[in-house]
Amino acid sequence: MSATQPTQQTDIFGKPVDEQHKDNYLTHQRGLMSWLFTLDHKRIGIMYMIAVLSFFFVGGVFAIVLRVMLTMPIADASNQMRFEMNDTRNIVESSGATVPEEAIKLLYEPGVTDAEAQQQKIEVVLTDAASSAGAGAKVVEYPELINARDAAAQKYTQDLTNHNTFYNQSFTLHGAVMVFLFIIPAIPAIIGNFVLPLMLGAKDVAFPRLNLASWYCYMGGALFFLWVLGKGILNFLVPTLEGVWGGGGLDTGWTFYTPYSTETNTAVVAATAGAFVLGFSSILTAVNFIASIHMLRPKGMTWFRMPLMLWALYATAVIQILATPVLAITLLLLIAERAFGIGIFDPALGGDPILYQHFFWFYSHPAVYIMILPAMGIVSEVISVFSRKHIFGYAFIACSSMAIAILGFLVWGHHMFTSGQSELLNAVFSIITMLVAIPSAIKVFNWLTTMYNGSIRLDSPMLYALGFIWLFTIGGLTGIYCATLAVNIHIHDTYFIVAHFHYVMVGSTLFAFLAGMHYWWPKMFGKNYSERWARWGWLLVFVGFNITFFIQFIMGALGMPRRYATYIDKYTIYHHISTGGSLILTVGLFLVLFVWIHSLLKGKQSPANPWGANSLEWHTISPPPHANFDHAPPATDPYDYSHWRWRPEIAGYVLNEDSEPEEKDAMARNDS
Amino acid sequence: MNKVDDNHDPHLAHHFDTPVQQYSSAKIGMWVFLATEILMFGGLFCAYAVYRGTHPDVFLYAHHFLDTNLGAINTVVLLASSLTMAWGVRAAQLGQKPILVIMLLLTLLGGVGFMGIKTIEYSSKYSHGLWFGSDNAFYVKSGKYTNPEELTGAIEYGESHAMPHEDKGELTDEHLELQVKDAATEDVLDNQAAGEAQDQSLPASAQSNIGNATNAPAGLSSKFAEVEGDGSAYVTSEKKPLTYEDLDPQQQKLVSQFFQIYFLMTGLHGIHVLVGMALIFWLFIRALRGTFGPKYFVPVDLVGLYWHIVDLIWIFLFPLLYLIH
Repeated sequence: MSATQPTQQTDIFGKPVDEQHKDNYLTHQRGLMSWLFTLDHKRIGIMYMIAVLSFFFVGGVFAIVLRVMLTMPIADASNQMRFEMNDTRNIVESSGATVPEEAIKLLYEPGVTDAEAQQQKIEVVLTDAASSAGAGAKVVEYPELINARDAAAQKYTQDLTNHNTFYNQSFTLHGAVMVFLFIIPAIPAIIGNFVLPLMLGAKDVAFPRLNLASWYCYMGGALFFLWVLGKGILNFLVPTLEGVWGGGGLDTGWTFYTPYSTETNTAVVAATAGAFVLGFSSILTAVNFIASIHMLRPKGMTWFRMPLMLWALYATAVIQILATPVLAITLLLLIAERAFGIGIFDPALGGDPILYQHFFWFYSHPAVYIMILPAMGIVSEVISVFSRKHIFGYAFIACSSMAIAILGFLVWGHHMFTSGQSELLNAVFSIITMLVAIPSAIKVFNWLTTMYNGSIRLDSPMLYALGFIWLFTIGGLTGIYCATLAVNIHIHDTYFIVAHFHYVMVGSTLFAFLAGMHYWWPKMFGKNYSERWARWGWLLVFVGFNITFFIQFIMGALGMPRRYATYIDKYTIYHHISTGGSLILTVGLFLVLFVWIHSLLKGKQSPANPWGANSLEWHTISPPPHANFDHAPPATDPYDYSHWRWRPEIAGYVLNEDSEPEEKDAMARNDS
Repeated sequence: MNKVDDNHDPHLAHHFDTPVQQYSSAKIGMWVFLATEILMFGGLFCAYAVYRGTHPDVFLYAHHFLDTNLGAINTVVLLASSLTMAWGVRAAQLGQKPILVIMLLLTLLGGVGFMGIKTIEYSSKYSHGLWFGSDNAFYVKSGKYTNPEELTGAIEYGESHAMPHEDKGELTDEHLELQVKDAATEDVLDNQAAGEAQDQSLPASAQSNIGNATNAPAGLSSKFAEVEGDGSAYVTSEKKPLTYEDLDPQQQKLVSQFFQIYFLMTGLHGIHVLVGMALIFWLFIRALRGTFGPKYFVPVDLVGLYWHIVDLIWIFLFPLLYLIH
């Protein structure tokens, strides 16, 4: 921003905050304990931020591990021969002998039918080599060479198994960590916790202690989960460790599908126990949000005058309440299945593994909307603010959130089109799935219409929001492909699906999350960040993301199956492009992190309202005081920006004193 | 923040404006939490429905192993404890400390009674080799009984329980008459059930089903006539409860599944009862100290809600597990 940065905290009228009101939730109390036992929703939001971003880092590392592994598939025919030739040579040489290159070439000559002729040829080569080599140099004998070849083949098989095991555990860790530890809590737990009470003009969420308990559930569940999954990886890298702390790891994918998950010898019980605890965290947050939105709205904020972010968080909380307990019982049943062999899901015991899929997707499909709905809330806020225009179709956006929440419960079967469920069921799920497109499209069109004729400012939150619309549209439209029965049979479990859900879950949610972080960052920390570098970060993330995943649509449509550690040659180019994109994405994300850290260390004081938004969180100083507001702000239309005026000397907006008598009154009352 | 008035309610948290707002928030939070409880049990009820739907005879047979009398007593105990709990909430609201203390104690005793009876039931199951998981006489893995030595004893144990049902023969005839004639009746619900049963069975094998129902065995109510009608004609032709031999071999191997579901549902319910008892004990201690009164009774109210939902779940578990016909 401009060079005339203020160094002093200013209030909503642009006046410097005097000493006695200089209260700031970050410095209100000091010391680690004041954080670990805080009941302040803002601090809990920040603690969630640190934790969730750390787990995002872990999940991201394994995303890169996967992408890099996929550039080196060790199983295709040409590679196999190269590996085995090398190993044969190494084995022979480690026994102190040498082997002529020609012999190895003959040994691995493809298409040999006459084994005896081959043996004779090789023996000739070996004898020649032995005679030409001087005394003291030992050339390998034929039987030893054959032994070496067999050992090499065995080693290759072992390597392949290891490669697959490592890949399976890595993609499970990546998926499970990203879903359970990052995407689901990212927006509700970080941004939701921070802004929800502020948007309500409230001092805190309805149940602050439950809020803290939810953080501890999250930390407990997450660390345990990560420990269990990470043990498998570490045991693999350093085999002696298994003797130290026992086995672990998980190779079922994040879905824990039966019957494999009842059979695999990885740590399914421990991992599901971790996920079970995480569910509590999710439920407690949701209970809090629902109660807060019902009971803590200020005077004048009717349901249809709430900021759309609150509608989105409300719809999300409803889904969390209704879906998470079903996951909980499903995971308990899975644990009971493995621990006691109850035979609910195991066909060997008369159970039905498809029932598990029904249970699982009854949670996990709505969970997709747990990820995307709050993202849509953020975008609704950002698009309106940065277009300087009242949101278009408020009621439609609000109601479409609820419609998505409800429809989200009726579509789980679309994950199971090829599971053998009845064709009628398939058709019904297919149709309802397509219905989800209606509320989704309502949102997209309303955002576009909000921007139409607006005075658009392309600051980084807006760039991320626009990125969201782009990615969500691609993700949503390819969702229609996936929902179409005939097409689904073709693309089921291919990279097309991988690309689709990355566009929706990662592209959309991550972009909205970053939009929200950049949008509320000045409020959270009272510091401005470097807008220029934030935009570069956006560009890298956007370009990197699209390169990584768009190519996967093509790869999937050509038939590349998901969750495979290796592939045939024709997919090589696609995998290489995808991996290249993922590296750009990584650089972009690190740049974003750098921008944030730089802001924390070197950032200038940000004004109370840098963007000129009118929802209530901007009616307090940045960062907010411990109790959020010096005085309860009057709730007005959150999308009416006419009262805010740009004030260059503080690089922010100030409330037009004439147009807000109520606010002035409240302030005057407070000062007296 | 600056408005600290002298009448400030000590129980009012700083972020609420009024006690009413705080009370309503707590109430709504509890209701939302109870919704999650319903959905959690909903998963088990769903599993129950699926397996009962696919193997009706297994459930019909295996439920004889449960002691209906003890289940009924437990239902009464739990209902009574719900009454005392509700009474306790009222007493807290009116500030009647002695009544509150007594009612909480009675509720706690109800919980103890329930769990005591449950323990008797469980230990009886355990001693007859009908325990959870693979520790069950009927447990079959890959087509083989894992505890064959316990099977005979377990079957005898269960089928001896089934005998009292024979006494209900007369009653059944009445039901059946109703169903066959489809006549007008005072009992609207029964009539509807009978009607549904006929409607559903008509297209497939109307004749045989109605015929079977006419010769229905003891305990066959009109409601599940159509369920029993298919797949087990021999059952309905004899006036006796299902025996193990009556089940076809495929279903014989699935009997343990009933016990798995029984233990899962009642076990999870039992854990909830224990949690409720702990909470009531906590309330009891606080009530003794005189914490609760007209200005502060939210914990009693909320635990009361929780206790009622636990009770309500049992009201569904009891007929679904014990009273199958």
